Amino acid sequence: MRITQGAFSFLPDLTDTQIKRQIQYCLDSGWAVNVEFTDDPHPRNTFWEMWDLPMFEVRDAAGVMIEINKCRKVRGDTHYIRLNAFDNGHGCESVRLSFIVGRPNSEPGYALTRQEGPGRTIVYTTRAYAADKPEGNRYRD
Amino acid sequence: MSLPPNFSCHRSERRRRAISETTRTADSHANCAVHAVNDLKAEFAATGLGAVLEDLDRDLVGLAPVKQRIREIATLLLVNKVRKRLGLEGDTPTLHMSFTGNAGTGKTTVALRMAEILNRLGYIRKGHIVSVTRDDLVGQYIGHTAPKTKEILKKAMGGVLFIDEAYYLHRAENERDYGQEAIEILLQVMESQRDDLVVILAGYDDKMDAFFRSNPGFRSRVAHHIDFPDYSDGELLEIAERMMARQNYVLAPDAREALADYIVLRRRQPLFANARSVRNALDRARLRHSTRVFEGSCGGVSAADLSTLRGPDILASRVFQERQQALGGS
Repeated sequence: MRITQGAFSFLPDLTDTQIKRQIQYCLDSGWAVNVEFTDDPHPRNTFWEMWDLPMFEVRDAAGVMIEINKCRKVRGDTHYIRLNAFDNGHGCESVRLSFIVGRPNSEPGYALTRQEGPGRTIVYTTRAYAADKPEGNRYRD
Repeated sequence: MSLPPNFSCHRSERRRRAISETTRTADSHANCAVHAVNDLKAEFAATGLGAVLEDLDRDLVGLAPVKQRIREIATLLLVNKVRKRLGLEGDTPTLHMSFTGNAGTGKTTVALRMAEILNRLGYIRKGHIVSVTRDDLVGQYIGHTAPKTKEILKKAMGGVLFIDEAYYLHRAENERDYGQEAIEILLQVMESQRDDLVVILAGYDDKMDAFFRSNPGFRSRVAHHIDFPDYSDGELLEIAERMMARQNYVLAPDAREALADYIVLRRRQPLFANARSVRNALDRARLRHSTRVFEGSCGGVSAADLSTLRGPDILASRVFQERQQALGGS
């Protein structure tokens, strides 16, 4: 199951050219861009691991693409990679744009667990099949 | 069943068509040549490059060969742009440059202009310049250099990376010097990301020659070697006047004469650094000027007093005193 998180995730995967143009838009707006990755795709897992430091002084998307490609080389195929753009402007001071730029080769999806509660209530929870394996070994065949 | 057209076939086909179309119009319209020229001129006007080149001519004294070379590069890029539109595209030309010349001949100033010119021509996307020296690229311990160099390269993407005193990157006497690592990363990026960044190396003539000799990879990747000639005495005087004018100072006629003499004398001394020597001399003259005005003032001073350098301000220089001693001694 293809997970959908962040912007553009209901669209087909962006090509590198499209990613570059999105990044350029972020940089031109004065937002700090950073790359993050994780192998725990649960929607409530908001803190992904940082790939290197946020790029505050990069002026052109080509510089960010270097980092994305480096991250893909090391973490690609087994991790989700996303790009965040942080706006430090007054009144915003939070992430403006976040989208996935890399996915594992296969995404097994989630199991839905139903738990009987008091009375006849049912508590639902989702659990990624990939999360059965220990961290770092997920999404490997 | 028809096969999809091969991409390269398709491109060469398009190119052939573009050429044949051009020749056809050449046959049918006698004034095609005029059209084409007009087009290029219009293209030139559209980039707003004329103004930049004019500024370059006006603001920088002398440096005729450098200006000539910059014009050539600008024209090349312009023609390339038009060719691309007609489907005649080749590889993007490499624009890495090396600026060699003595101290104070305007290498950094021209590099700044270069970034603007390349930006106007659409060759680089941002037109900013990241100016670095060995310190910014080379680390202090093992594993420090690569991230440092890459960080700088990331910042420079879409603009110009200006490496001042580039020959310091290579230390021939120490083969385990980390500079070599920085050089390797630079070479790799210069080759693989030609579209994203232009590297300009600058340094003194002789040392850069030695640098290129020991790093043949650099020599072949740098397409344009531009040599900055020394300024003549007249040019230096003109530069001095412009510097003063920029700071709202005026040179009195006797100060101007003294400065002309100063330049001649200073050139004979060691460590002469062209425009930089002149700038330093003027800074010291300003110092003496303010002392003179301060000590000579009783009551009010006029704006003219405060902004006019006179002969004695310059004649008090060490250079003249040394000449006096030499004359006295002989």
